[in-house]
Amino acid sequence: MTLRELDSRTRRWIAIGVVAAIAVCAIAFPFLISSYALYQFNVALVLAVGVLGLNLLTGYAGQISLGHNAFFAFGAYTFAILWSHGVNYVVALVPAFAVAMVVGFVIGLPALRLKGLYLAIVTVGLAITTEPLINRLTPLTGGPQGLIVIQPAPPDWTGLTTGQWLWLITAAIAVAVFVMARNLVRGRVGRALIAIRENEVAGLTMGVDVAAYKTGIFALSGGLAGLAGALYALVVGFVGPGSFTLIFSIFLLVAMVIGGLGTVMGALVGATVIEFLPTWASGINQSLSSIIYAAALILLMMVARGGLIGLLTSATVRVLRQPKARLFADSAQPRGAAEESTTRSQSRELPPKGRRS
Amino acid sequence: VKLLVQEIVDGIATGAIYGILALALVIIYRSTSFINFAQGEMAMVSTFLAWQLTQWNVGVVPAILISIGLAFVGGMLIQAAVIRPMEGAPELALVIVTVGLFLGINQMTGLIWGHEVKSFPSAFPDEVLSIAGARIGVGKLGVLAVLLVEIGLLYGILLGTRFGLAMRAVAVNLESSELVGIPTRRIVMLAWGIATALGAVAGAMVAPQLFLWPGMMFPVLIYSMAAATLGGFDSPLGAVLAGLILGVVENLAGTYITIVGPDLKIAVALLVIVIVLLVRPSGLFGSHVSVRV
Repeated sequence: MTLRELDSRTRRWIAIGVVAAIAVCAIAFPFLISSYALYQFNVALVLAVGVLGLNLLTGYAGQISLGHNAFFAFGAYTFAILWSHGVNYVVALVPAFAVAMVVGFVIGLPALRLKGLYLAIVTVGLAITTEPLINRLTPLTGGPQGLIVIQPAPPDWTGLTTGQWLWLITAAIAVAVFVMARNLVRGRVGRALIAIRENEVAGLTMGVDVAAYKTGIFALSGGLAGLAGALYALVVGFVGPGSFTLIFSIFLLVAMVIGGLGTVMGALVGATVIEFLPTWASGINQSLSSIIYAAALILLMMVARGGLIGLLTSATVRVLRQPKARLFADSAQPRGAAEESTTRSQSRELPPKGRRS
Repeated sequence: VKLLVQEIVDGIATGAIYGILALALVIIYRSTSFINFAQGEMAMVSTFLAWQLTQWNVGVVPAILISIGLAFVGGMLIQAAVIRPMEGAPELALVIVTVGLFLGINQMTGLIWGHEVKSFPSAFPDEVLSIAGARIGVGKLGVLAVLLVEIGLLYGILLGTRFGLAMRAVAVNLESSELVGIPTRRIVMLAWGIATALGAVAGAMVAPQLFLWPGMMFPVLIYSMAAATLGGFDSPLGAVLAGLILGVVENLAGTYITIVGPDLKIAVALLVIVIVLLVRPSGLFGSHVSVRV
């Protein structure tokens, strides 16, 4: 069930509502909530960018990756090293994106020949190799000690705190990335990616350049994860090999599944859940949140592969569609259409069999 | 030369463990056509069960045997509870479910037994034999012997029994097997039980060397995946041979190639996987599958 089942005016109102809510949150947050809560929302937002990258690759194109921790690490370390050598922190985000994108492209090359499972194996290998590789490159990466990332002071004229300034930076970047992703998946590229996911051969016969799209989306996905890694380093103020393990990749996967495979906004929802659930659950037990994640992965795959966004969408459609059908029946529709919608609304209004007396 | 022989012998001993877990992966792949990413974690939790039994003053060997039995039952239960309801689901969903199992089992184990490293007693005596200048622990010979017994048993079952015939039939074509009256669901369930039991064996062999903790099986899992890839995912014997080869390659690379060194051994597995998949995706002994569209 998708929002497409609603008429365009309702859809537009939903879109305006969502965008307005997000805009209000983005601008008002830094002045309304405590600095620690803001920090947490900031981390969630950064993670959302990475999860979105993963979702483009896995949710849309159907190519699973458990190695996104590696792309995060490439982005984070590239950024941290450049920024500590005097490169402007906004400028340093670009090479962080680019380096991770190149790594994504290279990893994507074998993906051309591999079906989902083998790809998963390659990316698990990548995930597990990341930490020893960082430790091996100690002169550059600081090894197990990690690197301190100095947080930039906001310009004097703004009068903001560092946390507020960082929030505005990440919020601006995140909004840009989400808008780009939405436009990307709504158009030709999105349809091509979905074709690759659903049936590669059919896509090929319809003229989709499968090889180009697969490597391209791998590169973009890696690049977004790298950008998220760089922002993560900036927001947290530290990068270390312990942050980027296989388990981190799995958490990204959890966020994607909870939010909803193949949805853009799902990344935001899922990232928020995985950032805040541990805080809430650690009062009860340290491992609890991970166990909830594991259960969520399994249960959602069994009953609701659309994740929270999928559930929300079908609920919205269910609530809003009913009046629409009546409206059609009453208005001066062309005969055929009116009849059709009347029968549909009537059949829906029939009481369940058991309650008929 | 002495060192070289020593490294090769050590490599074979480690490789035998990879072979055992790779065998488990292959059995599940043959029956259900996907890779169980939780295989290593299922092995790890079985080993924890064995460790718990030894803490209750059960002897090492009986403890391991009991844990193998428990793993057999547990594997079947997991298949029935989690995998069977996913029948007909896309591959991506299945992979995500086994990743969920991976995470869940890993965290549950940490919750129950803690994350500290524990020492696990070896099932074999501590003696060291000296053969051709190399010092070979009885434990390492023991691991190799266990592997040989297992592969013998497995092929005995596969080739010599009705159940084995049914398993091979399911591996070739699940739908046709069902049509000729093979209880495919039960066969798949048993395959999961056998694979999990094999994992328990691998875990009990690894634990004395790597110590027992929830992260113990990560490197072993990736090496056994590499072994299964190199050997061909549908060939049990291939997986075992590839496991032995990889054990030796890993050890030699760690010792003689300075860029690799002991801490980057894991990259060898990744490299092997990528090269094999690019050059010969069906592995050394696997059968090439052409898909008709």
